[in-house]
Order: sequence, then C-alpha cells, then structure tokens
Amino acid sequence: MRQRPAALLLLAVLLAAGCSHAPREVIFHAEDNPEKLSQWGLFTIGEGRIAPHRGMVTYDLAAPLFSDYAQKWRTIWMPKGVHANYRRDAAFDFPVGTIVTKTFYYTTPEGVAAPQRSGAVVKTVAATYQTGIGGLDLTRVRLIETRLLVRRAQGWVALPYVWNDRGTEATLERTGAAIPLTLGDDGGGDGAAAAAFVYSVPNQNQCAGCHATDYRDRKLLPIGLKARHMNRSFAGEGGEINQLKRLAAMGYLDGVPGQAVPRNANWQDEGEGVAARARSYLDVNCSHCHSTGGPARTSGLDLDARTADPRLLGLCKPPVAAGRGTGGRAFDVVPGHADKSILTYRMQSTDPGEMMPELGRALSHDEGIDLVITYIATLAGSCEENGGGGRIAAR
Amino acid sequence: MTRIGDRRKMPGKGLSILSCWAALALAPAMIAGCARAPETDAQGFTIEPDFEKSLQQRLLDAKPGEVIDIPAGKYALSRSLSLAANGVTIRGQGMDKTVLSFARQISGAEGMLVTGDDFTIEDLAIEDSKGDALKINGVRNSVIRRVRAEWTGGAKSSNGAYGLYPVQVTNVLIEGAVVKGASDAGIYVGQSTNVIVRNNRATGNVAGIEIENSTGADVYRNVASGNTGGILVFNLPDLPVPGSRTRIFQNRVESNNHVNFAAAGSAVSSVPAGSGVIVNSNDMIEIFDNDLKNNDTANVIISSYYSTGFDGKRGMAAAYDPFPEDIFVTGNRFEGGGTNPGARYAPLKAMAGGALPAVVWDGFVNPARKTPAICVRNPGAQVLNADAPGKFAKARLDTGLDCAPATRLPAIALPAAMTKDGRPGR
Repeated sequence: MRQRPAALLLLAVLLAAGCSHAPREVIFHAEDNPEKLSQWGLFTIGEGRIAPHRGMVTYDLAAPLFSDYAQKWRTIWMPKGVHANYRRDAAFDFPVGTIVTKTFYYTTPEGVAAPQRSGAVVKTVAATYQTGIGGLDLTRVRLIETRLLVRRAQGWVALPYVWNDRGTEATLERTGAAIPLTLGDDGGGDGAAAAAFVYSVPNQNQCAGCHATDYRDRKLLPIGLKARHMNRSFAGEGGEINQLKRLAAMGYLDGVPGQAVPRNANWQDEGEGVAARARSYLDVNCSHCHSTGGPARTSGLDLDARTADPRLLGLCKPPVAAGRGTGGRAFDVVPGHADKSILTYRMQSTDPGEMMPELGRALSHDEGIDLVITYIATLAGSCEENGGGGRIAAR
Repeated sequence: MTRIGDRRKMPGKGLSILSCWAALALAPAMIAGCARAPETDAQGFTIEPDFEKSLQQRLLDAKPGEVIDIPAGKYALSRSLSLAANGVTIRGQGMDKTVLSFARQISGAEGMLVTGDDFTIEDLAIEDSKGDALKINGVRNSVIRRVRAEWTGGAKSSNGAYGLYPVQVTNVLIEGAVVKGASDAGIYVGQSTNVIVRNNRATGNVAGIEIENSTGADVYRNVASGNTGGILVFNLPDLPVPGSRTRIFQNRVESNNHVNFAAAGSAVSSVPAGSGVIVNSNDMIEIFDNDLKNNDTANVIISSYYSTGFDGKRGMAAAYDPFPEDIFVTGNRFEGGGTNPGARYAPLKAMAGGALPAVVWDGFVNPARKTPAICVRNPGAQVLNADAPGKFAKARLDTGLDCAPATRLPAIALPAAMTKDGRPGR
C-alpha cells in the first residue's frame, strides 16, 4: 500500500501545501466523528510549524501523567459566549462545544532530516522544551497522536488521532495503534543507552478506562482540568500568570473563588516539599483509577490528593489482587522502605502483568520513581506483623 | 449477528476463505465441507493481520443485544481487548476451537477487560495473557460459559494472576469453564453479589476457585484438582465490600497438592500446598455433599486472617471481622488427606495419629462473640483445633463442634436470562 501513483502523491503534496479547504477556524462536530483531524479546524501546519487556531488556549498541569517521556501540548477551546464553571475538586463543568486537545510528541535527535519519520526520539531537555503557546516548532519534533476530548450534549467523547509520517494529517484510530520507537537519553547522540519500546495509542474504550473516573455512571470526564492541577502559573495571554486567572480573564471559566483554591505541588519544583510533590505526582498518575469511584476502588488503595487515611494511602496495607505484581513484597507502602513497597515495585516494572499504571507506558519513569522513593523514605513508622503465630509456610 | 474477520485483503484467497467462514458461521453442519483450513504460521497462529483491529473495532461499535461471533482459529493478540458496551455476547466456536492467545501481548493488564452490563462470553479460550485473562469490573449480570482460561506453559510464577475475574459484579454465572495455570486464582470472584460457579474444572492453579469478599455464592459440581488449594472462601480487610454466605456443595476437590507458586505478599501465597477447601475470615459458609480426597495438608481448613501472616498492625480496618463464624460442614465424603501437611501444621501430625483429620481449624475466636458457631456434623470427620492463638501448645481433636445452624442458606437465584444456555449439550 505504500506505493502510490505519482499523480496521487503529487496531489497529496499539493493538498498538504494548502490547496485544500482545510478550515481555518475551529469547528465543533456535535454528532459525527470526523475521520481526519483537520476536519476539526484546530491547527494550521506549514513552514515547519503547527499552530493553534483562534480561541485555543494552551495550558499545563502541576504534574502530568507519565506517557513514555512523550511531551504533551494541551489546549482548550470553547465556542463564543459560553464558559466553564469552577468546581473545587471535580473537573470543571464545561459547556457543550468544548474541545480539549492533547498532542503527544517527541523531540528527535539533533540533525535528523525528517523528524516525523524518525524512529529515534530523545528525552526533552530545557534546550528543546516548548511551551506550545504559539504552537510547536517542528524542526525537531515527531508528532505521534492528538487526542480530543469533546463535550457534546450527551457528555464527553474521546477521539484518538494518529499522525501520518509526513506530519500533515492525523487519522482517527478508534482501535488505537502501536508505534515502535527508540528513546535515547538526550539529544546529543552520545551513545547513551537507547531503549527500544512500543508506544501504545489507547483504543477508545481504554480512553474511558482512565477518563471514566466513576464506575457508577461510567461517564467520561477530563482528568487534568481540575483546580488543583491547573492552579499554577504558565506562559500565555497576559504573560506568565496563574492559569485559572487567565481562563477567568478570558471569559472561559466562571466562579473561581479568591481563596481556598486547591493546589497540587509542581512535581519537579524542588522548592516544594517532597511529600507534596510525590502526592501531586501520585494523584495525577494514579487517582483516576485509585479513588473511591475509580476502576481500582476494588484494591482499597486510594491515591487521590485529598486522601488522608494512611491505610487508604497504602501504609502497611496488604495487597488485594496484585497477583505477581507484589514483586514478593508484603505491603503497598512500607514507611522508610521503598525497596519493600509494592507501590515502587509496580512503578518500576515494565511487565504488563505487573506494572502500574496498567496502560499508557512501556517504559518506567525514572524521575517519578525517584520522587516516590524519596517520599517513602521520609515516612515514619513500620509494618509489624503481630498476632497469630506467624505465616503459614508453603511447602 | 456480526462476525470478526470477514474483511480480508488477501487477493485471490480472500473469497474462498470468506465463503468457508460464512459457511462455518451460518451452518455448523457444513464444517466438514470446508476444504481449505485457514493458514497458520510456524507457531500455529491463524494468519489474519486484521483480526485484532477488527475484533476491537467490533467491541467498540457493539450495541446492546449484539452477538459477536469469532470463528475457529488461534489468534495472536498484542494488546488488551476491551468492551464497555452493555448487552453484548462474545461467542466462539468452542473452547478448543476459538483461541484468543496473548502469548505475544505487549501491553494491557489483562486479556480482555469488560465494563458493560449484561455481558455473556462463551465457547472460546483465552490463553497466556500477561496479566489476568478476563476481568469484568463493576457491572451487573455477567455470564462466563464454557470459557477456557489457560497458561499453556503449565504452573509458573510468571503466569498471569487470575483466569476468570469478575469484581464488584452483581449477578455472576460461571459455568462449564476450564482454568489452568493461574499464578493466583483460576476462577476469582471478588467483591461480588449473587454468584453461581458451577460445573467448572480448575487445575494447576495456586487457588482453583476463590470467592473473596462476595455476598451470596453457590459453588457446586466443580472439579478442583492439582491446585495448591482447591476452593477458597476468603474475606480480606481494607476493601469496600465484606463478604458472607457461600455454599460449597457437590464438588470434587482432590489432590490439591501443587507447590505454591504465587508471588510472596499475595493473599494466596499463604495457602499451604495440600489444601482442599479453605474458609478464611468469612462468615455463614456451608460445605456439604462434597467429595474431598487426598488433599495432603487437610481436606477442609477453617482459619482466621491472623493465620495468614499479613496482619500488620495498621493493616486492618476497625470494622473488619477477621474471624470465621457460622460455618457448617456436613454430609461430605472424605478420603485420605492430611498426610503431608504444610510446614505450619506438620508438627501436629503425630499428635493427630499420623495424618491431620478431615477438618483443621486454627482456633482463633472473636472475644466479643459467645461462640464462633463452627459446626461439623459429618460422620467420620474429626476436627483438629490447632490452637494457633496459643502457638499450638494446646492443639487437640475438638469433639465439641457437633452442631447445626438453626437455618440453612437459601439457593442463589439469578435472572432467568442469564441461565438460559443457547447451546446446551456442548
């Protein structure tokens, strides 16, 4: 299928160059799920850039879900004349017509001629980091997928679009995709060990696996668009200011109170306490499942930022259905001993039958693991076994 | 009716295969007439590049009432399948004919994850998933019928944890299934309500069948053999749902003497090899009319959470009841067993005359209750009170348990639509 008649190829090139009728304004599709991302009119692509259309606001979170070191460019758009309503703990209440985009991309090694076709990617560092506020410079970027969360009358819908190898268009892949990549440690190509892995684009049900955060109604909801994740400063209209204030000033968000707005710590800001950073990280990486209504409510482990009960946070809690995910360890969290804690074992594992989160990664997140290890080291106490005569030995 | 795999892109061959499959799907009697078998690769997998995507697409598009038929073949899946729609039936051509193999799986914590109500899966196999084979989470009305969940390399610690795993499901029917090789439990019904597990065969798992934190379960006419423990009824702490009321009857529970190959730390890692039926920390349990044979630790073990070794000081919620209470053992046929008990109970063997008796009770009692109401009215069956609270110092044959509960548990009734088998006799 890769070979095409030359005429078709030429046509495709012409289309990509701007001869098509790609919309220049964002279009909300109330019913249909367009096959092509361009039909949403979200982006202009050309001259080595992908740029957002009018009304799309780029935002960032206090801590992101780890996705195999992919970078994420997040935007929010809503129709004129409507706004979201503030909620203290839950996702903001967004109006029908809201479109949230999340574009997953990697930095490619320096000197790669065709970054969009590069199987080699590298961790993003300060020199290659992009805020995304004016779009992305694609000189060293491989676009992987753009996920849309669309607020329709009947609720949110999740649509994963996968980019083509020219970076000109993304196609709806409701069944997901598997993309083989090799991650190097930095852009220098200095021989740092590269990890081959398969990046998984989730299928549409798997989107719901995280975004349907309450099993009782199974409704999809945004995860990051909550006060505590958004309550931070970030570049954009009005400068480097608090994002909630920006959204309020732009008329996108109503009802933000003057005080007592929840706030998660920036997981990378060493000026903040280790516990706050780790809880922020665990909240965004785990609590969409490990919460009172989430799919992992069945485990008895609850890693929501608001959870205070040490037992629910895993301290000296025996596992329920971890199976071999225990890694031979007796408790979810053993204070002072990350090396005896199931939590860190499952974060470190890359075995699909053991690892946590269950989806969305094939690699382990060294920096996140280090943070959680440090956090567990600060916890006081111990998990004693008491009572009835010890363990039943297996023969 | 929709079928998977009817969009082929093999020029020249597509049509003949298609018509063959159509014949298979429409008229099973015509199977013999299909001249051409599907092509397979060196490992015996059906060569059909679009199968996985097409099956997942069907699962995404499925509407209530839809039946998704999967033809015979051994299909390699690389990622978890997931179904969220209500009212869907997934149906194969038989547990030895339609095989979903996850031997080449690269992502996903289970073979198939279901989060839709009124789900039926029947007549197929799920093999070699990296995690659980089939997990059904938080729904109503799940039927698993003649499904085989197996790790084909035999009992290994690297096998997935659970074979058939409904959790927080109201109304569960698991019947005619076969489970082999699970590194935790073959059939694992967790935190569910109104459950029937019948006519299944569990072999070579750590736990053959486990009912955990579930309310109202009938477990009958199953065969559990060659596991570490045959049939387990557990209550674990720290969970949103406690359990009680399970009846275990007319099962054959035999020679569950397999070495325990569960990961340390997991609940079943505490199960001694040679356990027939274990009731741990659960209440209102009846064990009757079973054939219990040659389970070398003991044919029946009644124990407390204090005997599992996980009772970290902060590991138990105040509301949790770690004591087994209101247990009735009656009318079972015991043979052999107790001759080679796990290390914990081994020292008691001599005292008991060379073999542990039919029933072993660890002896933990709730100080707040007058009696644990553990009754064993079973001619020929003796009870060993192991005195675990006293470090076995006063272990003794307990002759004071010949009693019976005032009332018996009612049979579990499921919605009629769930027990209607469209293909009886398979």
